Amino acid sequence: MTIKYSEDHEWVELTEDDLVTIGITEFAQEQLGDLVFIELPEVGDDVSQGDNISVIESVKAASDLIAPVSGEVVEVNERLNDEPELASEDPTGEGWFVKMKLSDVSELDGLMDESAYQKFSEE
Amino acid sequence: MLNYIMGLAMTETINEFTTEFHQMHVDAGAKMVLFAGYDMPVSYPLGVKKEHIHTREKAGLFDVSHMGQVKLIGKNAKKALESLVPVDIVDLALMKQRYALFTNENGGVLDDLMVTNIGNDSLMLVVNAGCKQADFAHLQNTIGNECEVKVLEDYALLALQGPQAGKVLAALAPESCEMTFMTAKFLIIDGIECLVTRSGYSGEDGFEISVHNNQAQQLAKCFLANEAVEWIGLGARDSLRLEAGLSLYGHELDTEHSPVESSLVWALSKARRPDGARAGGYPGADVIMDHIENGVSQKIVGLQPEGRAPVRDGVLIVDEQDNNVGKVTSGGFGPTTGKPIVIARIQTEISDGTKKLFAIVRDKKIAVEVVKLPFVKQNYYRG
Repeated sequence: MTIKYSEDHEWVELTEDDLVTIGITEFAQEQLGDLVFIELPEVGDDVSQGDNISVIESVKAASDLIAPVSGEVVEVNERLNDEPELASEDPTGEGWFVKMKLSDVSELDGLMDESAYQKFSEE
Repeated sequence: MLNYIMGLAMTETINEFTTEFHQMHVDAGAKMVLFAGYDMPVSYPLGVKKEHIHTREKAGLFDVSHMGQVKLIGKNAKKALESLVPVDIVDLALMKQRYALFTNENGGVLDDLMVTNIGNDSLMLVVNAGCKQADFAHLQNTIGNECEVKVLEDYALLALQGPQAGKVLAALAPESCEMTFMTAKFLIIDGIECLVTRSGYSGEDGFEISVHNNQAQQLAKCFLANEAVEWIGLGARDSLRLEAGLSLYGHELDTEHSPVESSLVWALSKARRPDGARAGGYPGADVIMDHIENGVSQKIVGLQPEGRAPVRDGVLIVDEQDNNVGKVTSGGFGPTTGKPIVIARIQTEISDGTKKLFAIVRDKKIAVEVVKLPFVKQNYYRG
């Protein structure tokens, strides 16, 4: 089980050969504050690394979730529609955003491992 | 993601002012942001939502020392200030407070402010942080020869807001019980001399307390010692005022729109209106009086969006035929209502709620309904 991190403060967990689960990190959650609305992509969407795939609204501001990898959205966390606070309370567990089927597994190599991310987010 | 984080990071390099409470905010774990040139607490570890709800249920303490405090002193001070605002100042009774607006020659609004008659031929003004330098210059340039314009650089301003604010202050200064909404009193709190008004910007009962910087921290600690009181940041200050339907300068009010176009006719005193005893006599009076008499084509209303997606400032409002009929002036999420809430400037002719309206958010049409402001009932103490 590998977890990688993006510079946009997202985590990407490889669960099977080419399947990943994506969410926001604890650091991101803390910075965003109370989340009040999350707009998820559609299942079946083809996304490229760098695309805006989701909108995250806190009490104060709107932010984008940027696809850390390319591929097809195979599942979205429907619970976030009614309970966006899940992404605040449990960002690395029940507050996951999307599951994707990777089109290029090697993109994961370009992401940070946990220690690199920790150093990155401390800066 | 996270334009918000970038926004925070950017503030670090800019030269900024701090208030007397800055270290207390940092010690309390506040998230600090640059606001109107000041490094201010946007939220504390409690978070915006819980801070908001705490204020609605108990009592919140806000550092609003970034706002401008200025005294006008002299026999002509009242008359002089009347020449700048469409509000009755001459008849403002001793220790009474009134909401006012500085207008410009076109009838637009330069800033909104609170005016208190504190006796001894003196008026105390509180103006917005972002406008204060311009306001001070405006006062000096226009009425500086008629009265002394004394900027209170060494004074802090705290707001204590919420249903328990009265109880909290009464425990420290029992005579505060006699105060009603929009009145003032000089109080000694824990040995500290303060000018207190029963007013605020949350829609709740509460007070604003002006205190010399030297004793400001001691006073704040005094309030915080009461378990009903928590520090509340600017994030919740904004969501509280939005739910309470209160205007914010730069959003509902600006130099481009008259007070009538911003639905603030209630703030224009009878004495200064077309048939009043002292009609006109302030910048832009011809425009504003024309707007009062003949009506205007746009107004400020509340909108309730359908669903959960917040509709933010600047979002366009359209009708069913996609005609542009207005724009959101303040939008966000109401922690008390648990829904997105919106204040918008829309065409008067469609403001009666009979036409279907929509907000355009990320190319999608979200249905919105015209509703009466405020979103949450105001709980002022009127005695």
